[in-house]
Amino acid sequence: MSAQTQFSGGFQNAPIDAAHAFRAAMTVMARPGEIRTVSGSEPPAPLSVAAGTLLLTLCDPETKVHLAGATDTDAVRQWLAFHTGAPVSDATEANFAVGTWQELGLLSQYRIGTAEYPDRSATLIVECTDLRQAGAALSGPGIRGTAHLSLPDISAFQGNAVLYPLGCDFFFTCGDKVAALPRSTQIRAEG
Amino acid sequence: MADQQNIAQAARKEWMGLLARAPEEALMALWSKFEAQPSFDWIRSPEVGGVMVRGRTGGTGAPFNLGEMTVTRCSLALKDGTVGHGYVQGRSRRKAEAAALIDALMQTEAAGDIRAQVIGPLSQQMQAAKTARAAKAAATKVEFFTMVRGED
Amino acid sequence: MYVAVKGGEKAIENAHAWLAEERRGSTNIAELSIAQIREQLSLAVNRVMAEGSLFDPDLAALAIKQARGDLIEAIFLIRAYRTTLPRIGYSNPVETGQMACDRRISATFKDAPGGQVLGPTFDYTHRLLDFKLAAEGEVSSAPESRPRTEPTPHITEFLKGEDIIQDEPSSDTIPGDLTREPMEFPADRPLRLQSLTRGDEGFVLGMAYSTQRGYARNHAFVGELRIGKVAVEMDVPELGFAIEIGEIELTECETVNQFKGSKTEPPQFTRGYGLVFGQSERKSIAMALVDRALRWEELGEDNLGAPAQDEEFVLSHADNIQATGFLEHIKLPHYVDFQSELELVRNLRREAEERIMPREAAE
Repeated sequence: MSAQTQFSGGFQNAPIDAAHAFRAAMTVMARPGEIRTVSGSEPPAPLSVAAGTLLLTLCDPETKVHLAGATDTDAVRQWLAFHTGAPVSDATEANFAVGTWQELGLLSQYRIGTAEYPDRSATLIVECTDLRQAGAALSGPGIRGTAHLSLPDISAFQGNAVLYPLGCDFFFTCGDKVAALPRSTQIRAEG
Repeated sequence: MADQQNIAQAARKEWMGLLARAPEEALMALWSKFEAQPSFDWIRSPEVGGVMVRGRTGGTGAPFNLGEMTVTRCSLALKDGTVGHGYVQGRSRRKAEAAALIDALMQTEAAGDIRAQVIGPLSQQMQAAKTARAAKAAATKVEFFTMVRGED
Repeated sequence: MYVAVKGGEKAIENAHAWLAEERRGSTNIAELSIAQIREQLSLAVNRVMAEGSLFDPDLAALAIKQARGDLIEAIFLIRAYRTTLPRIGYSNPVETGQMACDRRISATFKDAPGGQVLGPTFDYTHRLLDFKLAAEGEVSSAPESRPRTEPTPHITEFLKGEDIIQDEPSSDTIPGDLTREPMEFPADRPLRLQSLTRGDEGFVLGMAYSTQRGYARNHAFVGELRIGKVAVEMDVPELGFAIEIGEIELTECETVNQFKGSKTEPPQFTRGYGLVFGQSERKSIAMALVDRALRWEELGEDNLGAPAQDEEFVLSHADNIQATGFLEHIKLPHYVDFQSELELVRNLRREAEERIMPREAAE
């Protein structure tokens, strides 16, 4: 049993844990609708294991992170600072943002990149109470035919896809599960 | 209270800086002789990384990025929960581990022993090396003496 | 056009094996250790650190050994390695005024406080080969005097009092980082300095020399040149305060340049600045001259059309890894490209011949 301190909750073996999580993050982003599990972090509440693991894997001192709504606690800030060094920012400057769909607020406030650098855009980590391969129909690159994912919204994501090649990208997290929706995916509501 | 905190912070800053700058062999030679080596758990196991060093335009102006240096860092907790951080120059994991353990022990009752057996002698060695260099530099200082001026 | 072809694997493997053997040279000769390179070829190590943009003498020494002494190849190895390092953070700007100086000279003020300290310099040597070095032998230790304990102030500080030198007001603006964001023009001065400090020594030297020979003439004096160690301090979030994370050797050069004033600036001395990893004197002086030449616009000077005033030209060509990468790639197989060129030239010739031939036939 290791001693618990305010600095606990990071990867036990950072290179390996981060490589596994990165592979999972790449896979779900490349195959929208697929659900994988990621683990290795023990982030402070209310962050899920999956959201925490993504933050540890993707963030560093050069990525600004927006902590939306209830995720903005002292414990989360300290945990993020110690393990990633990532600075906390507001939504408009963020490279990454984390929170529930409601907490993340209007999509239009996030960076969507520029024509020269479409990569200078925000990636949103959307905490969900449920994550299943059901609901909205997804099609586009990385999807054979049609995939389904329980998205928290339809029209907002459709609006984002219209901006392609600009726009935001999304991870959806629930417990240790993660799925993703890149800007290149077309979304149709389906009953 | 705030004053004491500042004093404690200044002291910690000093020993952490000393450990960061210390030549690995010198530090390890002293540390390996320290008998009461504590057990610990990793919070963050040693990680080699780069720190971008900044300078200022004209020495005093706006910051600019000069280039990186290698730094190894780690964090650990002693069994009593005391947390030690190691940030050391270079790529030595064992130097970072020693620095973090010493940082942790310096916050415990072992501080006196550590200071006497590791920090004190290390500081003296490093100061002696620095002074020797400064003495050689001083020997190359030009002593001008005015020659007879030529008349046009 | 690029077409993937297979083959040559065995040849490449064998070439690498031979390379390793050639690198080692005759096994009758003792092998070089990393420590030997670090200690005895320290200026080569410094150059690799400066242009590799990574301060780590042991790594630079290893790179020199692996590259068989080809410093640009060694710089390439360091650049490749540094991309694998996670970026822990950014240091606070180093305080060069606090430098423990091994060397500190001024060409402008003889009696500068702190004095003229020559340090371990090649200046005043006669540049005669010393055949004693061909034989092995120990050197006697250098003489010592009473060491200076207080910091050595910057020389430009004295001119500032008189308000006769252009000021460098301090700021906390976060500088752009060309290792993270590609260079865009116009580049501000912090970006230019980052590019120059890791730029090729030969290129920066040539550019600086061109300004001395009259291309964007700016008559420069070395106001101060100092070499020594400075501590590097960084804010550590988990501590809530800054600590020293190490100590690095730097060479700093400040030039003082004549300036008769311009549309926007009063007559005063202006400054060029060079700061380079390690003992890199020639590079830091050259950097300061090129920095000054690139400041023409900010100082309201005329663009004389000189190469050293053209930041796009200087900064786009200063990096020897970019340059050598592009230059050397043309020796790699371009069989398909060349086949199409060959076909094109043959066709053009055939057409040209056909234009001439019919007339000849008619005659």
